Amino acid sequence: MKVFVAIKRVIDYNVKVRVKADNSDVDLTNVKMAVNPFCEIAIEEAVRLKESGQATEVVAVAVGPSQCQEQLRTALALGADRAILVETDGFPQPLSVAKLLKGVYDQEQPGLVIFGKQSIDADNNQTGQMFAALAGLGQGTFASKVEIAGDTVNVTREVDGGLQTVALKAPAVVTTDLRLNEPRYASLPNIMKAKKKPLDTLTPEALGVEVKATIETLRVEPPAERQGGIKVDSVEALVDKLKNEAKVI
Amino acid sequence: MSILLVAEHNDAALNPVTLNVLAAAQAIGGDITVLVAGEGCGAAAEAAAALPGVSKVLCADAAVYGKQLAENVAPLIAEAAAGHSHVLSAHSTNGKNTMPRVAALLDVNMVSDIISVESEDTFKRPFYAGNAIATVKSSDAVKVVTVRHTAFDPAPATGGSAAVEALGSAHDAGVSSFVNEEIVKLDRPELTAARVVVSGGRGMGSGENFKILEGVADKLNAAMGASRAAVDAGFVPNDMQVGQTGKIVAPELYIAVGISGAIQHLAGMKDSKVIVAINKDEDAPIFQVADYGLVADLFQAVPELESQI
Repeated sequence: MKVFVAIKRVIDYNVKVRVKADNSDVDLTNVKMAVNPFCEIAIEEAVRLKESGQATEVVAVAVGPSQCQEQLRTALALGADRAILVETDGFPQPLSVAKLLKGVYDQEQPGLVIFGKQSIDADNNQTGQMFAALAGLGQGTFASKVEIAGDTVNVTREVDGGLQTVALKAPAVVTTDLRLNEPRYASLPNIMKAKKKPLDTLTPEALGVEVKATIETLRVEPPAERQGGIKVDSVEALVDKLKNEAKVI
Repeated sequence: MSILLVAEHNDAALNPVTLNVLAAAQAIGGDITVLVAGEGCGAAAEAAAALPGVSKVLCADAAVYGKQLAENVAPLIAEAAAGHSHVLSAHSTNGKNTMPRVAALLDVNMVSDIISVESEDTFKRPFYAGNAIATVKSSDAVKVVTVRHTAFDPAPATGGSAAVEALGSAHDAGVSSFVNEEIVKLDRPELTAARVVVSGGRGMGSGENFKILEGVADKLNAAMGASRAAVDAGFVPNDMQVGQTGKIVAPELYIAVGISGAIQHLAGMKDSKVIVAINKDEDAPIFQVADYGLVADLFQAVPELESQI
């Protein structure tokens, strides 16, 4: 089974995000970029499926500007066999990303498509589900366990209040949650080898997809600051404050 | 305007977050129809009919909608969305699972996790793990929106008397089926609905050590939460995670124990009315948002707290 992994280039999760002075967006000038952490989990899951003999090939796919090649190389260093960049101006909105990925999916016909559940920049949590709808596939979102049994993909999902397991008919879509696995680090020899792995570039035109933006960002601002309070010096003082000042216990 | 509100429920009853979504719908304004899809969901539909300001309840009661599988429910919602200007649901695991599918079937983008309604087409939503708030305007013909429930005060649960209309259509995509679920039987209130939440972080040191929080939680009838660091470290299950990628809570009292206060955690709890932080690191960022901070070894302070409340 061929496995697709959709990955996104985002701000590195260690970077402190700042809003631009003109409130037009967050400031990404000279900021370190990385593979979205949930997408790293997706890559790891795909590579493990290959290592256990359940996947035959792992293809990493990204949608975005040419700089996304860096993140695709990271995916290759982590064990993906080849990569495809659908090159666009900037990062399209989720519906367009889903349509572009559907275009690549139609050409490649993978048996499993793995996404991160959300990107840590836009925080939408939409693209995997939108892709699944467009491709008419079953989806196992927020996965903490994936098991392939013949033509069935069993996915255990993190849902409000506990876990739910669904059985999906392959081909199927999985979106990863935190506990699915712990991603590995790329070794130096693998980083070198990744430079020679194939990375193809496609355009929206070649896929017959019109990239459209229907959500306009009018303003970006920092969140309202919460005023810090006081420090108390003992548990006794804390309990007194909670009882007599805040009156919450 | 005409809003289709997708109810959050377990067939027997409405989940209280539906009342917060209703408040968001009322902030948009216009006619409100509630859709209840499930298997044996008549009781939930009756409860929806009693919501104030609801003009109609659509009840799709069929085996294919049992466990509300997104593959089957999304085409139903997309069909029911005809003639509506908005489709709203909670930004719950259910809403997150289903609504993007609905948006794709309607060929529109979606606005996730709104925290305010600025106008019928303009909303505020947090992104970058809560480090920034965007005001976004949708030009789509149908606005598909999920609502952060803690950002809207709940509407009353009663006062209305809408008619319940049965929907006959049964969509079976045939690509997914429910296998089983392990819903943790809670002796405590549910995390997102609790009046008091007691959360532990990496400072707890182990999953075993979370037991010392239970005594405090028992006495305060609190739900228990955790930071992402504690989940990542494998101390506790992910459904306890409070934060931008976990659950968003806004209780009257939030007690953060051994939690440093990473922005992604703060994004999930900073709307709590009163925040208490117990941490031995006096420079921990959590103290910058806490109303009451106690710099102390949690293994001494927590048992002491339990005995004094």
